[in-house]
Amino acid sequence: MFTLGLAGLITRRNLIFTLMSIEIMLNASGLAFIAAGSRWGQPDGQIMFLFILTMAAAEVAIGLAFVLLFHRKQPELDVDAASKLRG
Amino acid sequence: MLFYLAGILAIVATLMAVTRRHAVHALLYLIVSLLAVAIDFYTLGAPFIAALEIMIYAGAIMVLFVFVIMMLNVAEHAMEVERYSLKPSNWFGPALLAFILLGELVYCTLTSTSSFRAATVTPKQIGIALFGNFWIGVELASLLLTAGLVGAYHLGRQAFAKEETKHAADTNTARPDTGRDLVHAGAGRTHNAA
Repeated sequence: MFTLGLAGLITRRNLIFTLMSIEIMLNASGLAFIAAGSRWGQPDGQIMFLFILTMAAAEVAIGLAFVLLFHRKQPELDVDAASKLRG
Repeated sequence: MLFYLAGILAIVATLMAVTRRHAVHALLYLIVSLLAVAIDFYTLGAPFIAALEIMIYAGAIMVLFVFVIMMLNVAEHAMEVERYSLKPSNWFGPALLAFILLGELVYCTLTSTSSFRAATVTPKQIGIALFGNFWIGVELASLLLTAGLVGAYHLGRQAFAKEETKHAADTNTARPDTGRDLVHAGAGRTHNAA
């Protein structure tokens, strides 16, 4: 699943899909944490997942605000167009 | 068995979400994938995290995505998209995957003793460990959330300010050339002063 998210991040050129792929990757790493935590019966893995959840929420808020800002400047949501950003 | 079914479902839904062309379809598949992962968490013995996954990921973050997608393609192909999204072939895939998940959920509630039962970690254990050993992590998470809030507010306010100046510039260029001369005179004066 992490590989799927990484492949999506590389192949898609749309900013929305890039953010979605990042979400998929974070979710996959959280699943790995939960699996490891339940394997040893410790709550540490779930706490790590809580932190990942917090980080994903903050990241997606910033990312979507950036997408809105970028959309006002450039109508197409292309990642390659973001290389023209100056100041 | 339940775990592997939900896992396969999550992988299929994620694959569909990555390969869809339309953003809303990808979002539907992504929500199904998150729900399947939540069922995986439940079978792995983490019911608290499963509830959090559904509430925060499938609830809050996906609503953010939906809002932004709605704000982005307003009035572009609104009618076309509307007509297009009413075709049954578009919502059939997510509906099928969600139906399998619903069946799993009903099976879970009917047979309360699951076959694959790992050591369940209760929310009480999580709370004790979270505010006992990992208190510095809690503080860092609160700091991160504050930074995210301030950053998102800053970006949004900047967008509004840019829109105001763009609107003013548009109205100036829409006027005959007296307005443009005024703008040039103002720019030259500030340049000389600098």
